[in-house]
Amino acid sequence: MIFLDHLINGLSLGSIYAIIALGYTMVYGIAKMLNFAHGDVIMVGAYIAFCGLQYWGFPPVLAILVAMVACTILGITIEGLAYRPLRQAASLAVLITAIGVSYLLQNIALMIWGANPKSFPTTFINGSSIRLGQLNISTATIITILANVVIMVGLTLFTSKTKLGKAMRCVSEDRGAAELMGINVNRTISLTFAIGSALAAIAGILLCSSYPILQPTTGSMPGIKAFTAAVFGGIGSIPGAMLGGILLGVIEIFGKAYISTELGDAIVFAVLIIVLLVKPAGLLGKPMREKV
Amino acid sequence: MKKLIALALALVLALTVCSAFAEEPITLKIAHIGPLTGPAALYGIATSRGAQIAVDEINAAGGKYKIELIDEDDEHNVEKVINAYNAALDAGAQMILGSTTSKPCEAAGAQGYTDRVFFLTPSASSTAVIEDKDNVFQVCFTDPNQGAASAEYIAEHKLGTKIAVIYNNADVYSTGIRDTFVEKAPGLGLEIVSEETFTDETTDFTVQVGKAQEAGAEIVFLPMYYTPASLILKTAADKNYKPIFFGVDGMDGILSVEGFDTSLAEGVMLLTPFVATSEDAKVANFVKLYEDKFGETPIQFAADAYDGIYILVAAAEKAGITADTTPEEACDLLIAAMKEIQVDGITGSMTWDESGAVTKTPMAATIENGVYVFK
Repeated sequence: MIFLDHLINGLSLGSIYAIIALGYTMVYGIAKMLNFAHGDVIMVGAYIAFCGLQYWGFPPVLAILVAMVACTILGITIEGLAYRPLRQAASLAVLITAIGVSYLLQNIALMIWGANPKSFPTTFINGSSIRLGQLNISTATIITILANVVIMVGLTLFTSKTKLGKAMRCVSEDRGAAELMGINVNRTISLTFAIGSALAAIAGILLCSSYPILQPTTGSMPGIKAFTAAVFGGIGSIPGAMLGGILLGVIEIFGKAYISTELGDAIVFAVLIIVLLVKPAGLLGKPMREKV
Repeated sequence: MKKLIALALALVLALTVCSAFAEEPITLKIAHIGPLTGPAALYGIATSRGAQIAVDEINAAGGKYKIELIDEDDEHNVEKVINAYNAALDAGAQMILGSTTSKPCEAAGAQGYTDRVFFLTPSASSTAVIEDKDNVFQVCFTDPNQGAASAEYIAEHKLGTKIAVIYNNADVYSTGIRDTFVEKAPGLGLEIVSEETFTDETTDFTVQVGKAQEAGAEIVFLPMYYTPASLILKTAADKNYKPIFFGVDGMDGILSVEGFDTSLAEGVMLLTPFVATSEDAKVANFVKLYEDKFGETPIQFAADAYDGIYILVAAAEKAGITADTTPEEACDLLIAAMKEIQVDGITGSMTWDESGAVTKTPMAATIENGVYVFK
């Protein structure tokens, strides 16, 4: 019974990692850059939803929508102002810029909302927990896992069936050739950031519904873990991000439960190292050959 | 005219009473040092005001001593505190009530150790404040001692015997309290059934709480600040697990987290020497005087400083300090006296050993309907 309990907790934590990892993996797959500010977009999304619920008295659905729209705008703005001018620059320059944006967002949040942690209102999402025999599953957990499945199916359909989605895959495959075929690369990359950031808002709300403490650094650690998950699953691959996220969550919880809480994070990263040693491209990543 | 006569009569009466019972009161010069401005001003102002209430009471009562309080600002800064300390001595201070916060107190206390000046800090709680210094004493518990005090309280009030501990193993405050708790608990018949850790970045407590629940803990001891504690309370509520949660002073503040569902904290207990809503007569009297004079409710720091003044007076009396005693002479006399006195203050009944750490009855408040109450 306690095993099932840990498994469900692991799936819930893993689902949150997976949704965040999607943001990393999509941007990496298409723009070939690591957007380290992604974790902080999550934090901003959570703060906006918090304001909507706590200060402006929005109904939950409206608060979530407002957070998604705000994050989408934020994502497109960051891409346009900080990353687009560096499209031809060395990848190291883009990486450092992303880290800069991350700190910028954290400090702006610190200025606006202050350093005191806020408690995210969770009453709207988990009025009660569901009892299955001896198991108690919170509604937040169920919603998180469901949202994860819906998002994965939606994204897979989007990238395989729609024109825009196909354009994204083309840009990911070969940017130069895509451009020659008449695909607007800049607009496609902006779209990727828009989708990634809207997902970040959802991830932020789900994260804070399960772990309701909100502060300017809320997005950092989950961001790093989700990035790990994306690499674990094979960065650039959407199913890979899902698989990586869920496995990471389950390994983390089981590691803490059956080995040691002190070593929880160490176990997670040790598994990552082992996987990368055996399969350098990640679980579902395509091995890339550099042509010389 | 009638009023004038009455006043004159009162004056005559007062004079006769005075001359009948005591000679001229001895003036004792005490300097309070604390952050009156800057980021920690909230605490320094509280200790300054708490001390002022005690001084007013003592002077109005007209006992053996009349107190002159010197107030110096250290801005919660380890350099400024030395200036404040020098200014206090220049103003003729014989002993020091301060500093309010740990780091400045550590610096000033060390200087005082070299110069031989006596320090009693109302609220600086880190171990470094009293370590290797015979001249510094504390009114509040040293941080780690809160662990031992919590174990005593739990055993004495028979809250339960099966205890789970969840602590932050990346934080000295948390591990220090956990160490003294775990050391003290077995001797008091308390059994630690589960012990789990976390770090500053941890947000997922399902495993830690799940293990406490699985082990059947009746009490979960939380030596930590209120941010992780609020996540633990939430996780436990999701799991329908309802033990007694027992925290220390870091738990104070949980009710003021914005957006926090205070019903989660219902029944949470925390070790604290002072609650402004207490019905104890001495406490109620202090709270009333403080509210009348300053228009706000006193916090624990104010209560610690209020007791601090009474402790200094008790020690001065025992040591036979007079208006002419220099700070150097007073220092050794007071150190000797501190080990012999017992003071019943509003934060408990206190005694001291040579380390400078206080021993007092641990008190714990329970959160009921969103406010702290003593049971």
